Amino acid sequence: MIKVKNLFKYIFLSIISIISIFPFAWMLISMTNKSVDVSKGSLIPGTSLFENIRNLFSSDLNFSTSLWNSAKIAIITTILALIVASFAGYGFEIYRNKVRDRVFNILLLSMMVPFAALMIPLFKMFSTFKVFGLNTAAAVIIPSISTAFLIFFFRQNTKSFPKDILEAGRIDGLNEIQIFTRIYVPTMKSTYAAAAIITFMSSWNNYMWPLIALQSPENRTVPLIISTMGSSYSPDYGMIMAGIVIATLPTAIVFFLMQKHFVAGMLGSVKG
Amino acid sequence: MKKSRLNKNYDRAGWLFTIPSIVIIISFVFYPMIQAFITSLKSGMGNNLKFVGFANYSRLFTDQIFKKSVTNTLIYLVVQVPIMIILALFISVILNDKNLKFKGFFRTAIFLPCVTSLVAYSVIFKSLFASDGLMNNFLVNIHLISSPIEWMTSPFWAKITIIIAITWRWTGYNMIFYLAGLQNIDPGIYEAAKIDGATGVKQFFYITVPLLKPIILFTTVMSTIGTLQLFDEVMNITKGGPGNASTTISQYIYNLSFKYSPNFGYAAAVSYIIVIMIVILSLIQFKVAGDEK
Repeated sequence: MIKVKNLFKYIFLSIISIISIFPFAWMLISMTNKSVDVSKGSLIPGTSLFENIRNLFSSDLNFSTSLWNSAKIAIITTILALIVASFAGYGFEIYRNKVRDRVFNILLLSMMVPFAALMIPLFKMFSTFKVFGLNTAAAVIIPSISTAFLIFFFRQNTKSFPKDILEAGRIDGLNEIQIFTRIYVPTMKSTYAAAAIITFMSSWNNYMWPLIALQSPENRTVPLIISTMGSSYSPDYGMIMAGIVIATLPTAIVFFLMQKHFVAGMLGSVKG
Repeated sequence: MKKSRLNKNYDRAGWLFTIPSIVIIISFVFYPMIQAFITSLKSGMGNNLKFVGFANYSRLFTDQIFKKSVTNTLIYLVVQVPIMIILALFISVILNDKNLKFKGFFRTAIFLPCVTSLVAYSVIFKSLFASDGLMNNFLVNIHLISSPIEWMTSPFWAKITIIIAITWRWTGYNMIFYLAGLQNIDPGIYEAAKIDGATGVKQFFYITVPLLKPIILFTTVMSTIGTLQLFDEVMNITKGGPGNASTTISQYIYNLSFKYSPNFGYAAAVSYIIVIMIVILSLIQFKVAGDEK
């Protein structure tokens, strides 16, 4: 009886795992096939891998430029977001008072604001900017530098930061900024790693705002190019799958190398 | 005397650290929110807007596409979120069994969909669910269906395709939260329940679910907010079609602002409906869960 129950568990988990992994296998197989075979649902690897990759990079959609655009935006966003959010998370937690606690709660409300409600005013706002206006990487970066989620994440993690060290630092004559840069930052490395992963991923995969803010072809990011290829009248699926594999590689590598930080980053928002 | 000067010093440091984020969030979230509301009271094409009061809001009641997009969004919410939450809970309870082998493999495999971007997996699903695609081939070959399903071109199946896709992408994500929650439950509670003769099902409903309630609430609220803003998948799998059979509110706002001749005022009014829905639904969920926070 118990054996049967266990068997059921393994079968159930195996089916769910296969369903979860299958689309990955599918994209890897499909990137080696011609578009016709992909549409027919062929599960046999083909010989068109190099042709698909060549088509991808030589197509007039400028895939290589979009890789560069995405990387640039994701890296700059991550660096700036980490600085601003860790400053804020630290500031709200270490220098707690009633007024700032209230401000913090108001900032948290911004998590409930749907992006759909912001896109029109943001579009109008950036269209009036002379520098950092529409069609620049800055227009994509600026609205995502400071998210309430990341501030909350840093604040939650700062709660477990030993406050005695701060006093020790002050007695040693460090000023408040030095305490932050010399004591806090080095101790919180894993929090920074987790935050960097979340931010990099959401920036690398961001679709809606870049779709609106980046109208000119030479500024487009990878998700925009993949979306354009996928919605073309007769999509070349072999080429698209090659593009998707390349687009997924950075996040997949980060995931496998830093699985612990990855999960910690996700969970950081609920604990405490 | 000295202490108060120190406090003042700390207070200044407190603002110094927090001001950049406060300024950015006000400028790029709260200020635009107010702008959106003001815009929603105006009408006209492009940037040539006239003040019309609440006319945009009353227009919503007679707009068939708007009604369609709200209905669709609510269908996704009511059907997909419970299925995903229950599935994720079920998987995590099974995975939490300490005698289970290959636990790490199963967990990684089920979580893997989270590394894909929404656009990337949408395009993959679009190819899998094409009318002559792999999904139909498979179902016909195992004789589950006799003729191919119109995944993209039937109003009913288009919604099902979207629901299957979202469930694939997000179940593992929710599972991770439940697994973390389950680790904090003292195994002794289950031992005691076993001695008292509680079956697995009873343990699930009387121990697991109540103890995970805060996390279930959190994931439900997050999923609700996410589903109400559903955009990437619909744009890239069905384009909202056939007709507007699978469109969502977010996509309708996008279409109103950037695809049809731009009507920012009306689109802003539609966007406020999502804001109101999110606030109401979150409040209801907190109420139902009886959370005091």
